Amino acid sequence: MDALTLARWQFGITTVYHFFFVPLTLGLVWVLAVFQTIWYVTGDETWKRLTKFWGKLFLINFALGVATGIVQEFQFGMNWAEYSRFVGDVFGAPLAIEALLAFFLESTFLGIWIFGWDKLPKKAHLASIWLVAIGSNISALWILIANSFMQQPMGYALRGGRAEMESFWALVSNPHVFVQFPHVITAAMATAAFFMLGISAWHLARAKDDETRDAFGRSFRFAAVYGLVATVAVTVVGHGQAQYMTGVQPMKMAAAEALWETADPAPMSLFTWGDEVERKDVFAIKVPGLLSFLAHNRFSGEVEGIRELQAEYEARYGPGDYVPPVKWTYWTFRAMVGAGMVMLLLAAWATWASLKDRLGTSPYLLALLVPAIALPYIANSTGWIFTEIGRAPWIVFGLMRLDQGVSIAVTAGEVLFSLLAFTLVYAALIVADVYLLRKYARAGLKPPEPAEPALTTAAAEA
Amino acid sequence: MDLNTLWFVLIGVLFTGYFVLEGFDFGVGILLPFLGKTDSERRRIINTIGPVWDGNEVWILTGGGAIFAAFPHWYATLFSGFYLALLLMLLALIVRAVAFEFRSKDRHPTWRTTWDWLIFFGSVVPALLWGVALANLLQGTPIDETKTFTGGFFDLLSPYTLIAGLASLSLFTTHGAIFLNLKSTDPIQARALATTKKVGPVATVLLLLFAVGTYVWTDAFTRVGLNPGLVPLSALGSLLAAGWLIHRERMGWGFVMTALTILFATATLFVSLFPRVMVSSLNPDWSLTVYNASSTPYTLTVMSVVALIFVPIVLAYQAWTYWVFRHRITAETELEY
Repeated sequence: MDALTLARWQFGITTVYHFFFVPLTLGLVWVLAVFQTIWYVTGDETWKRLTKFWGKLFLINFALGVATGIVQEFQFGMNWAEYSRFVGDVFGAPLAIEALLAFFLESTFLGIWIFGWDKLPKKAHLASIWLVAIGSNISALWILIANSFMQQPMGYALRGGRAEMESFWALVSNPHVFVQFPHVITAAMATAAFFMLGISAWHLARAKDDETRDAFGRSFRFAAVYGLVATVAVTVVGHGQAQYMTGVQPMKMAAAEALWETADPAPMSLFTWGDEVERKDVFAIKVPGLLSFLAHNRFSGEVEGIRELQAEYEARYGPGDYVPPVKWTYWTFRAMVGAGMVMLLLAAWATWASLKDRLGTSPYLLALLVPAIALPYIANSTGWIFTEIGRAPWIVFGLMRLDQGVSIAVTAGEVLFSLLAFTLVYAALIVADVYLLRKYARAGLKPPEPAEPALTTAAAEA
Repeated sequence: MDLNTLWFVLIGVLFTGYFVLEGFDFGVGILLPFLGKTDSERRRIINTIGPVWDGNEVWILTGGGAIFAAFPHWYATLFSGFYLALLLMLLALIVRAVAFEFRSKDRHPTWRTTWDWLIFFGSVVPALLWGVALANLLQGTPIDETKTFTGGFFDLLSPYTLIAGLASLSLFTTHGAIFLNLKSTDPIQARALATTKKVGPVATVLLLLFAVGTYVWTDAFTRVGLNPGLVPLSALGSLLAAGWLIHRERMGWGFVMTALTILFATATLFVSLFPRVMVSSLNPDWSLTVYNASSTPYTLTVMSVVALIFVPIVLAYQAWTYWVFRHRITAETELEY
């Protein structure tokens, strides 16, 4: 394999891996903040114990998110140096701002939250988890502002062979941010909700005492509503995003549907086995008019196909292949939407069972929710693989191709070596991570703390 | 001062802050397997840096982001050029970050020992490599007229850069040993003192060698002349003061002095570099400078406004964290979290 292909694999593996951990952080931190607030207001110790229980799982997950995030800050320069030179004037700013505004906030106050339970006034300690929540979600905003520039470049001018920032405001108010950020944030909330539902369900199915039933019943009911709101929101927002992308990157959306030729009304494919060389279906099942409906909210209307877009792009950008790998876009898009639909049904069922107070008599629901923890992970990963691969051959849409962005100074052998090193280390770390998450998830709540914790600290003399 | 210079200074400040702060938590990580004889002692040693190491690390993430935003060519040439060295550093920082969080989450001795040694590895590698990396910026690396690094991993290793690496390693270890002495009680406190007295002189010798090497192997001499100026002399002064204070067991002031040594040594490197950011060993005209590697004035202005507002806020709450956790970690302190 050449350096370009290896560099793409490395970015894909390290970034998808990083994003195993990020959504749970983003979604669960709000839960910790809410639970701790309820404890602060009501004084009910169960909420504190729940905060600590979910907090422990949060921290195990957070550690890997932080650790793998370090790579993200540097790997643009490592493998994508020419890209970095080309976009640095625009793209570097949101990255630096993310570190300054968000990373400092979340890591500093998380340290305070972990170690400050007995050292700070309750109110200050509570404030620290809210600041972690704000910090981590601000971080998502800035990195998505950066990614949005790659999807839909705004606020720049091409000068001296690079993209230079013309308007910071245009960069941060890129309309793409306003469809992408809500999609990512609500997906993160859904991830946290299903994580909580699965673990709570596991405990409720096995609960022998009222205390466990009570504590995990509270978690379950909260997560069910949280999950329902989040999955409805992620679906609505995602639909809006898809319509928006049909205008901004029609090729990506045509590739998502394996729509080879422009059609009006356009059918939606339920299953397509296509021939990517000839750009035609080998076998397909389609629902007439449905794609037009999804794109235009009515059962007629033109949706552009891959062949026509290829011809259009050749006329605009010169000769070349502007079609992303359709097998990838088609199946990742279906995996994302499919997982999301199942989540929607499960969240509705879980909410209904919660409201009707039927958790104790819903063994199938409780059993299903445990493996359902995997669903948001499938949706998150395939969603990113889809949107990034679907941009191919562009690294910055319409401005720079992937092959132009890769580092010149780095050999294929070096990339292969680092790809293997990251993959091996990451594989070992996820084994440890899953082991710990399982262990602490199964252990359940710690027994209540003594009223006066024995604590002594000697003052430092220096 | 123009904006390019301002951003060079700001990045210098971020690196300096990073080395002063993460310097001691690297040192504590390096000493962990040696000064903690029992599991509880090791947990106490980790807890001395537990609340702050992650915040310390953000200094370099911000530094990396700032280089990208202000000097994209520096970012691109440095990280693609020092590829394998950076890979090694990243792997070290990754396992280190995970190890801090994971090591106490299981009681099995093999589990804990493994993570403790990963903390050691994850601390020793960056402590060494940072010295090597910065010395390479100054000594010069093969960079062609297109700002592309044309060398390989072994081009980064020379007597000068290795001395620099050992100097940063020993200085951070000393800095960490003093910190540990200040934040712990006996027997860890006593062991940390003994270690400081052993490693301190080694660090002093290596730093002096590094200073001599900078005169011999870089163009610092031709650029500044015999009198190196106030910054390097301050580095030397604080280094000698640190030695004397450690000898007198005035550890609080000793810590201030090792912090100042790190500060002035880093500042010396940046002052010697300026206005270059990476020296080309092939042709002086091909060196990257704050002008030919930079972003546009517009971007630098935007970034300056952001930094002006948020850097003071960050400094304030980080300082507050250190105030909250200013107490010593004793055997009675709650260790699990």
